[in-house]
Amino acid sequence: MPKPNFDHAAVRARCKRYRRRILDISQTVGALHIAPSFSCLELVATAYFGLMNRTGDPETEDTFILSKGHGSLSQFVALEELGVIPTAWLENYCKPGFPLATHPDYGTPGIAASTGSLGHGLGLSVGMAYADKLNGKERDIYIVMSDGELQEGSVWEALMTAPSFGITRIVAMVDLNDFQSLGRTSEVLPNFYPMLDKLRAFGWESEEVDGHDPQAIYDAVTRRSGKKPFILLGRTVKGKGVKFMESVPIWHYRSPNPEEYKIAIQQIEEAGV
Amino acid sequence: MRNSFANAFYEIAKNDRRVCLVVADITAAAGVASFQKESPERFINVGVAEQMMVGLCAGLALRGCIPVAYTIATFTIYRPFEQVRVDCCYQNLPVKLVGVGGGVNYSTLGGTHHAQEDVALMSAIPNMTVIAPCDPAETAACTKASLIEIPGPVYLRLGKAGEPDLTANAPDPFRLGKVRMIKPGTDVCILSFGPITKMACDIAARLESEKRISTGVVSVHSLKPLDTAGIAALLARFRVVVVIEEHAPFGGLGPQVKSIAWDSGARCKLRTYALKDEFIHVYGSHSDLLGAHGLDPELIFREVAELAS
Repeated sequence: MPKPNFDHAAVRARCKRYRRRILDISQTVGALHIAPSFSCLELVATAYFGLMNRTGDPETEDTFILSKGHGSLSQFVALEELGVIPTAWLENYCKPGFPLATHPDYGTPGIAASTGSLGHGLGLSVGMAYADKLNGKERDIYIVMSDGELQEGSVWEALMTAPSFGITRIVAMVDLNDFQSLGRTSEVLPNFYPMLDKLRAFGWESEEVDGHDPQAIYDAVTRRSGKKPFILLGRTVKGKGVKFMESVPIWHYRSPNPEEYKIAIQQIEEAGV
Repeated sequence: MRNSFANAFYEIAKNDRRVCLVVADITAAAGVASFQKESPERFINVGVAEQMMVGLCAGLALRGCIPVAYTIATFTIYRPFEQVRVDCCYQNLPVKLVGVGGGVNYSTLGGTHHAQEDVALMSAIPNMTVIAPCDPAETAACTKASLIEIPGPVYLRLGKAGEPDLTANAPDPFRLGKVRMIKPGTDVCILSFGPITKMACDIAARLESEKRISTGVVSVHSLKPLDTAGIAALLARFRVVVVIEEHAPFGGLGPQVKSIAWDSGARCKLRTYALKDEFIHVYGSHSDLLGAHGLDPELIFREVAELAS
């Protein structure tokens, strides 16, 4: 059950801290997925700190799956704040002897499924939601996906299946940053769009919002009817918050050098909350 | 074998609500039909969508279910290979993948329906168990073991229908993961798995009646983990060991037995027979297909008789 008194300003402030935290981590490794983590931060943070029912009991609480596993830092910083994963793990990100790396692994605290290969999370979610229905469990499954991921055929198998099976407890959020590795999604596959109509035609309830606006995300998800599975398209900017990273493909994976790091931190600080 | 699986499955599933059957528009009769009627919510047909079938199974398993995926072997594991590897094996979940018609059993359907490299592919994935029973009774035992005894993912490779009983008089009982003598012998030992074990039994009978060569037959139902110690003991005990397998010449039983022979310093004669490393365009009965692949009982009989003389 979402929190009734949602504090969007707190989520914005949190995302600002998270961006700084991810930039700090970037100085300890040669490469990491900053830009794809920055684009989905508000979606992830609004899920964890507004929408999800977090009881601490895995039998009753809502589930979160980051199907775009390469955005793992966006989830790790939230789990760090929640105390689910220790700070030392993030400070030793991608280091031997510590469990956090580029993609989330099942078995790590707070991680409900191993992701990293795109197109797996939604199928897993359908199975989990089916089991919950079978066992009378009342809980939602939140899943964050990338727009490039929606090019995987397996995603469309899952999109077809979930509403056909009467599954209603999936809330999927698509990080619509319009970028995949080799260019703009809208240019690589122009017929990818319009997306909203396709999703609705497959039997999903779907809305499109500004994916960096926590209040808009919260409102769209809480207003859903609950009669169908729900999928939110969040329009986002890859690398959001650092001007020189925004919509520049190299920052999909590059780590900033010390000079770039300073500028990036400054831009995050100057950005309004 | 299909019916034997279906009935064994039903006996377990009717009493264990964690067990689900997930099919991709292909199903079994017998006990599965009863299960579908009595527990429709646990019989899930995803349609012609095998990635969904395996992904959904993994999702069910993440919630504590014991899902069984069932379709023709090629579609159970080849189409959704990455879901098998990542969703089931990387996460080490109790998903049981049943492949019907392993090998070239679908003899008139062509190469699209021939699972001739399945054991190699499935054995190569960490956490996976690979099981291939030789007859209906072993199918029942392997189905129970897969669902009850083996905690992780399993690939259960089945034949189709009409396989004869080969194990009613077996000197060894079925023990999961162990090689099993199903016909005794002292001179030659033939190792096999799956429905082609019938060919091994026929060749053994002819070697005895026509050549007075005492020939044992061993069912190696567990390809992974392989009973290395049991196979090493057979290599030490028999002067001639033969492997007959309905599988590509790579990554199946034959190469592993040769490897064990080297490691254990075996002194026996060893001959292996497998499918060719080819897509053949020959149609006919299952036997016709095996013959076209060089798995000809007459040829193997003559060669083994010569080897043992």
